[in-house]
Amino acid sequence: MDIFLQQIINGLTLGSVYAIVALGYTMVYGIVQLINFAHGEVVMIGAMVALWVISSLAGGAMPPVVIVLAGILCAIPVCMAVGYTMERVAYRPLRSAPRLAPLITAIGISIILQHVAMLVWSRNPLPFPQILANPIFEIAGATISAVQIAIIVLSLLMMGGLTLLVYRTKLGVAMRATSENPQVAGLMGIDINRVISMTFIIGAGLGAMAGVMVGTYYGQAHYTMGALLGLKAFCAAVLGGIGNLAGAMLGGMLLGVVEALGTGYIGEITDLCHVSGISTALAERCAEDGHMVVFGSNYQDVFAFIVLILVLVFRPSGLLGERVSDRA
Amino acid sequence: MSLLSVRGLKVAYGGIEAVRGIDLDVEAGELVALIGANGAGKTTTLKALAGMLRPAAGTVRYADSDITGVASHRLIRQGVALVPEGRGVFARLTVQENLQMGAYIRDDRPAIAQDLDKVFGLFPRLHERRAQVAGTLSGGEQQMLAIGRAMMSRPKLLLLDEPSMGLAPLMVQKIFEVVHSIAAQGVTILLVEQNALLALEAASRGYVMESGAITLSDSAPALLASPQVRQAYLGE
Ligand SMILES: Nc1ncnc2c1ncn2[C@@H]1O[C@H](COP(=O)(O)OP(=O)(O)O)[C@@H](O)[C@H]1O
Ligand SMILES: [Mg+2]
Repeated sequence: MDIFLQQIINGLTLGSVYAIVALGYTMVYGIVQLINFAHGEVVMIGAMVALWVISSLAGGAMPPVVIVLAGILCAIPVCMAVGYTMERVAYRPLRSAPRLAPLITAIGISIILQHVAMLVWSRNPLPFPQILANPIFEIAGATISAVQIAIIVLSLLMMGGLTLLVYRTKLGVAMRATSENPQVAGLMGIDINRVISMTFIIGAGLGAMAGVMVGTYYGQAHYTMGALLGLKAFCAAVLGGIGNLAGAMLGGMLLGVVEALGTGYIGEITDLCHVSGISTALAERCAEDGHMVVFGSNYQDVFAFIVLILVLVFRPSGLLGERVSDRA
Repeated sequence: MSLLSVRGLKVAYGGIEAVRGIDLDVEAGELVALIGANGAGKTTTLKALAGMLRPAAGTVRYADSDITGVASHRLIRQGVALVPEGRGVFARLTVQENLQMGAYIRDDRPAIAQDLDKVFGLFPRLHERRAQVAGTLSGGEQQMLAIGRAMMSRPKLLLLDEPSMGLAPLMVQKIFEVVHSIAAQGVTILLVEQNALLALEAASRGYVMESGAITLSDSAPALLASPQVRQAYLGE
């Protein structure tokens, strides 16, 4: 088996999900300079709603594809409503407050949503119903599943669609104008409250899709699943340059690949048996077990944060960010 | 009946009153100048008229309705457009997208396309650079874009805040030619300027503002002749 190619495939799959979630962070940041830490919970709610709908319908007369579509079509509006409501109720009243206030509020909303989800959907991980056939294909010594293909293709379609929306439609131009100068956007007749709401709604809709995809991929959903996923996607947005759409897409993909390659090779790289000559005790252990790994693949989650730290040190504005913008 | 009629307008930043109860009228079709030193409160007045700032007191009537405190994104639909101080072009949008945003409130596509051609006819430089982002334009080109963008909304009342600021003399002349041609189309204009001579030559009437209050108001020729204005604003 080709580990390198396999980890690239796995990385692109996960990276697609990170990219879609990162877009939600970056769109909101671009327009209101707020890091919406509750965005990960929107993703979790998307997964939970889809799981609930799919489990309820599974085993009935409907074909599996229709059931999954029904799950998605329920998750999206629920997440959109959550995204709209959190902006309307929690962030809008704080729009001219010092920026620490909405940031702390975002963390608070994230905690509230997690606990509401725990009350509604239980504190245990729930199995995500695998009702679609998931054939595995072999390419050049690696494997790719139908679910992986679907995740990558759907994500690319969503990224393309969002790019068209932002660069080719009147709403998109209005969003970019508002992000640059809300007061002058108002002079043009743009209702900036509406544009900000739309931004949260679109970001949350993408988040819902990400939730369904990641739930299907891992085969489970849990009320805390949004926290780490959200944090990693936030790292991806910063890596690409927060506020920059192409940056979020690139950052997400890169982060997924770095994480997968890191996880795939960390055991081999930190295997002390490569240097078993330095001590006789080590040589004995290696002769016995063959390996003495310092960091195993359970260190998977550190890579995102290593990347975040490196970016903050060497390129604080991110790969595609022009400047570190600050709220005036 | 005036198109714009302002009575007792007060505007404050926090506790500090920047505009302290002014009266001002602009008749339909007029070009009126509002002049005054830096910090007099001219920009604050225009922002309040355009709905960017909420007045602390007073009333603003426009076309027979009370528009006091109405937000800018609604006022533009009634025909009140502001070209803000410092131009306020969207630097990361292209020239064409900036002009499209000027027509945001409209959806009569053929007429918008016609108006776009008109703006490009008035400012051929903008046509050459229509696909460039506005941040790459020179100051004069940005001012042309800001004025063109405001015209895309087909305003009835155009509020201009220091269109000549920071521009080379040749460009200032060009901008004033454009202001004249807009006025000739029948658009009512309230022009704020520090360049009092140019503003009063263009206008039929003028107001002089000092520390938040209007201290003089008269026909433009009378103001140009007044010793007070000549001494304070024309450097004599
Ligand atoms: N955003 C603001 N916050 C506080 N004070 C302001 C603000 N903008 C203007 N001012 C003050 O209001 C007064 C009038 O300013 P402005 O309307 O910009 O004058 P002008 O346009 O005539 O130069 C000045 O004293 C200025 O310092
Ligand atoms: Mg000013």
